[in-house]
Amino acid sequence: MSDHIEATIDRVRALHPEAIEGVVTFREETTLMVAASHLLAICNMLRFDPELDYSLLVDVAAVDHYPNEPRFSLSYIVHALEKNARLRLRVSLSGQSPEVSSVTECWKSAEWPEREAFDMMGIKFVGHPDLRRILMPADWEGHPLRKDYPLGYEEVQFSFNWKEIDSKKDYAKE
Amino acid sequence: MGQVREIETTLDELKTLFSDRAQTGETMVLNLGPQHPSTHGVLRLILELDGEEVIRCVPDIGFLHTGIEKNMEAKTYLKALVMTDRMDYLNNLGNNLTYCLAVEKLCEIEVPERAQIIRVICAELQRIASHLVWLGTSAMDLNASSVLIYCFRDRENLLDIFEMIGGQRMMTSYIRPGGVWRDVPDEFVPAVNQFLEYLPEKLADYERLLTRNPIFMRRTIDIGIIDASDALARGMTGASLRGSGINYDVRRAMPYCGYDEYDFDVPLENGCDVYARYRVRMREFHESMRIIKQALDRLEPGPVITDDRKYSPPPRSELGNSMEAVIHHFKYWTEGFSAPKGEVYVATESPRGELGCCLVGDGSPQPARVHFRTPSFHNLQSLSFMSEGYLVADLVAMIGSIDIVLGDVDR
Repeated sequence: MSDHIEATIDRVRALHPEAIEGVVTFREETTLMVAASHLLAICNMLRFDPELDYSLLVDVAAVDHYPNEPRFSLSYIVHALEKNARLRLRVSLSGQSPEVSSVTECWKSAEWPEREAFDMMGIKFVGHPDLRRILMPADWEGHPLRKDYPLGYEEVQFSFNWKEIDSKKDYAKE
Repeated sequence: MGQVREIETTLDELKTLFSDRAQTGETMVLNLGPQHPSTHGVLRLILELDGEEVIRCVPDIGFLHTGIEKNMEAKTYLKALVMTDRMDYLNNLGNNLTYCLAVEKLCEIEVPERAQIIRVICAELQRIASHLVWLGTSAMDLNASSVLIYCFRDRENLLDIFEMIGGQRMMTSYIRPGGVWRDVPDEFVPAVNQFLEYLPEKLADYERLLTRNPIFMRRTIDIGIIDASDALARGMTGASLRGSGINYDVRRAMPYCGYDEYDFDVPLENGCDVYARYRVRMREFHESMRIIKQALDRLEPGPVITDDRKYSPPPRSELGNSMEAVIHHFKYWTEGFSAPKGEVYVATESPRGELGCCLVGDGSPQPARVHFRTPSFHNLQSLSFMSEGYLVADLVAMIGSIDIVLGDVDR
């Protein structure tokens, strides 16, 4: 863990002690577990505090842990260019109504990654200026990267299940 | 499809994307793409125009979305590798490399020295190949169509080299977890050396065609200005960011494959415009060649893939007389290897910027989640900001200058 990351964690702890749910270091990457309700406050601090200065939001990655609860986790990777330090923030969201505040007011670059997470995982970002689907067509149903979304194959029509499959087909019937 | 489905986005919601003047008909809303050649693939831009001036530009992406991340979850770590080739189709070896580095980090696999050097050579050759396509296509967008033909001619030499090492011109899957597929053939080093002698002369020709060309300069200088803080706030990385004067290169900031041992410069320009991005990439050609030369000097004989049989196939010669080798071979190609529980993020410098792979393992032989942070996706975000107030013709120059690949944007 570099000095800057340690200093960051100390500072976040001092100002928002209730927000941090844990600090994990895995394969030399430091992850700060953050309560979803405090995410925006911490991001504001990381971005605008001149001593911390995490000016680049590298990525927002959503992960589905189905069937475990909390079902979703979001990883925000932030980078401080001057200090060359990289930190991951992780929030956990329930499967019922995954919702978290958008960090677009801290980093404009969060706009598209958050739209992608909404499109692929169905996570709502409160306060996002333009939360629409981005990769899938606007009329798509479901969220493809969820674990309970099928990879996509069709049940084969044999003589024993001909009628059953036929009844589900789209084409015009008499 | 016979059914009419409920559309989530209503027309009223989309109206907010444009100004009120568009609704009164004062300005025009025009669709550019997805089949327009200047959009470098299948990028659709919805433009609001006042005469020829761009008021607003709304990119619409996803036409090339192939669900690579979802597909990778259903394959073993090894088989998922071939999907990465198909993401950014101008940086195939770089995609392989990023994914393999993530798998190696998650499983703690050691990579032999010779494999590291071969990887560096491949990544830099790929950077040159990608920049040649960028140079050709972006020059053609500005009507310098002869450059396109020249650049594709030169790139052909590189594709021949990739075919020599991987058996395929583009979808090589040559870099594997633990090293590379097999050692480079004897013809490889002479072919690379020959290319390194050939290219500088040609690059000088292209510079003569473009760098001081008055038409090219008029079309690129002071066009698409995005200053350092705006570029950073909009998540730009790579040569596009360095054209705005920010010294951020993943090879320097977080070295991988031993990049910290090579002597090279990170080209920087302060123009913040299309011309500055052009200058940065032109200089990157020379830096890549410098790295390749140093790497070729270091290339010593040795193993090219880890000897940990859990992560690498046994040599063919052992299969005839060792039962353990047959077992390893069978297990390796059918079940694959399992990775521990955890999440890693690995970044490399692709020709377009920071290419990241977020890999989540859950203890099984299949990845629980693979997410790619693709540079084109993030760089394209800045286009709407960059293009406001410029002409439609300038927009085309800007798309060329941020060097997007739609396979990389949509995945």
